[in-house]
Amino acid sequence: MSETETTTAATRTTTPSSKTAPPPKGGRRAEETAKILFVVPAALALVALFGYPVVKNLVMSFQDYTLRTFFTGEAPWVGLQNYVAVVSDDVFTKAVLNTALFTIGSIAGQFVIGMLLALFFHKNFPLNGVLRALFLLPWLIPLIVGSAAWRAILEQDSGILNVTLENLGIIDSPIPWLTSPDVALIAVILVNIWLGIPFNLTLLYSGLQHIPDELYEAGAMDGATGWKAFWNITLPNMRAVVGVVLMLGVIYTLKVIDIILGLTQGGPANATQTIATQSYRDSFVEFKFGQGAALSNILILISLAFAGVYLYATRRQADE
Amino acid sequence: MPTHRTQLATRRGIRTGVAIFLLALMLFPVYWMLNTSLQPSGNTLSSTFFPAHPSLDGYQTAIHDQGRNLVTSMLIAVGTVVVTLLIAAPCAYALAQFRFRWINWALLVILISQMIPGIVIANALYTLYESIGLLNSIPGLIIANAASAIPFGILIMRSFMLGVPPSIVEAARVDGAGLLRSFLSIVVPISRNSLITVGLFAFLFAWSDFLFALTLTTKGNIKPVTLGIYTYLGAHISNWSAVMATAMLASIPAIILLVIAQRYIAAGATGGAVK
Repeated sequence: MSETETTTAATRTTTPSSKTAPPPKGGRRAEETAKILFVVPAALALVALFGYPVVKNLVMSFQDYTLRTFFTGEAPWVGLQNYVAVVSDDVFTKAVLNTALFTIGSIAGQFVIGMLLALFFHKNFPLNGVLRALFLLPWLIPLIVGSAAWRAILEQDSGILNVTLENLGIIDSPIPWLTSPDVALIAVILVNIWLGIPFNLTLLYSGLQHIPDELYEAGAMDGATGWKAFWNITLPNMRAVVGVVLMLGVIYTLKVIDIILGLTQGGPANATQTIATQSYRDSFVEFKFGQGAALSNILILISLAFAGVYLYATRRQADE
Repeated sequence: MPTHRTQLATRRGIRTGVAIFLLALMLFPVYWMLNTSLQPSGNTLSSTFFPAHPSLDGYQTAIHDQGRNLVTSMLIAVGTVVVTLLIAAPCAYALAQFRFRWINWALLVILISQMIPGIVIANALYTLYESIGLLNSIPGLIIANAASAIPFGILIMRSFMLGVPPSIVEAARVDGAGLLRSFLSIVVPISRNSLITVGLFAFLFAWSDFLFALTLTTKGNIKPVTLGIYTYLGAHISNWSAVMATAMLASIPAIILLVIAQRYIAAGATGGAVK
């Protein structure tokens, strides 16, 4: 597989060199210019597609930027008014709580199931590779397609989940999975767990592959097998991978919009509204771009905070 | 008493059985999509496990309603692949092989850029596109989709290009090839696998995109298929088999890629670790 090729090749020659390069035709300066030109398109793209949006959002969040702005070109400065407006909105507290529950629930479910599957697939059996690869399918299809499939399964009256549960006698009356404020968030989290399993499985599996067998052999001699081996050998050696999986999981889950819009559109009664979907609503449904920008900046801050915690934790780990 | 070997064989067989069962559970929603798409048209969902009288009505309606949108999605996805490779590949090579002093800073910026929520980019691009006339256009959506694919592409290709031995590029330079020519004639062919991986993922990113399709189009003349599905998914779904047939059609690229390009997908999944 090319992933192993990459890593072995990378460790073989990690010293990129230009010091022994032959004298270029146009002299040293032309050579340096040519090298810079390799990076210029990407640098411009990053500035236009990330730098500009971040700055623009920051600026907009201090402006009264609405649909009128597009006609008059006027966006008066309003200081912190947008931030005050979104934070004091009743939906905000709910959205923050939903974002937290959605993120924690999704990550916990994806990680535990992904880890169990990775451990299972780490064992040797026929068709292992093919079956594991097919697990990736839910991750590769468009999110909105996944949402559509689950809309059919969770449909209240004739959806297969309720029909099956009723036939089995587990429930008496159909559960309004996506239309009741009490269960909608749970349903959305379950769907998001389903979508996240392939990612967790793939990364955790590749982490398991990198633990040398000798460690388990040595552990077995000391009586560490089964659960003990997992706790004392597998987990400590997976720390780095687990850290990456959890951090990427959190950053990705915080900004989820597709799935929620596809399943519930943030409803019923804002039961599944998160900071990300509320930001979309403010900007593109209410056309209050200033407020939408303020909310999305709050979202960036939360992501940055998580990244900071992660970097701090890995630093400390390296120092130990 | 069975021998050790047959015991081991049975245990492995059981594991394969368990794996198939787990996979069936995992892929049930996809199967359900296929099953529903083949049921006769109607506004009630069928709950039979097999389409007893398979009907292609759903697909007929889907192609009639969404055929144009599928073509739009295809154009956007192919455009995104081209733009991503053109911009990301040279940069990946430079970051892998040229000794710039600021390389670690560049990598940090690229990593952070992946944390920026799509809605931030959509907010800013909407106001920009509004003023320069790129709303409701295929190029506008290609540019927006390249935003998610370029940083990912740079990281994947760079990690591969770190392994390109500088000596072969130098040999070509001695023969008088310029930087660009040695890049195109030596580095690109050697790094083919990583370029394919990035191309496939750029395709899937753009094909699956929903947020930019939703925010950067306003009129409905340019409508990627993901947005078409979303419009179908109103509060009350009137034709389930057509919705599911469209969903199946929108899944075809993922299914094809999983079957024919599995090793590239695996490389991208573990190498970039981002979606």
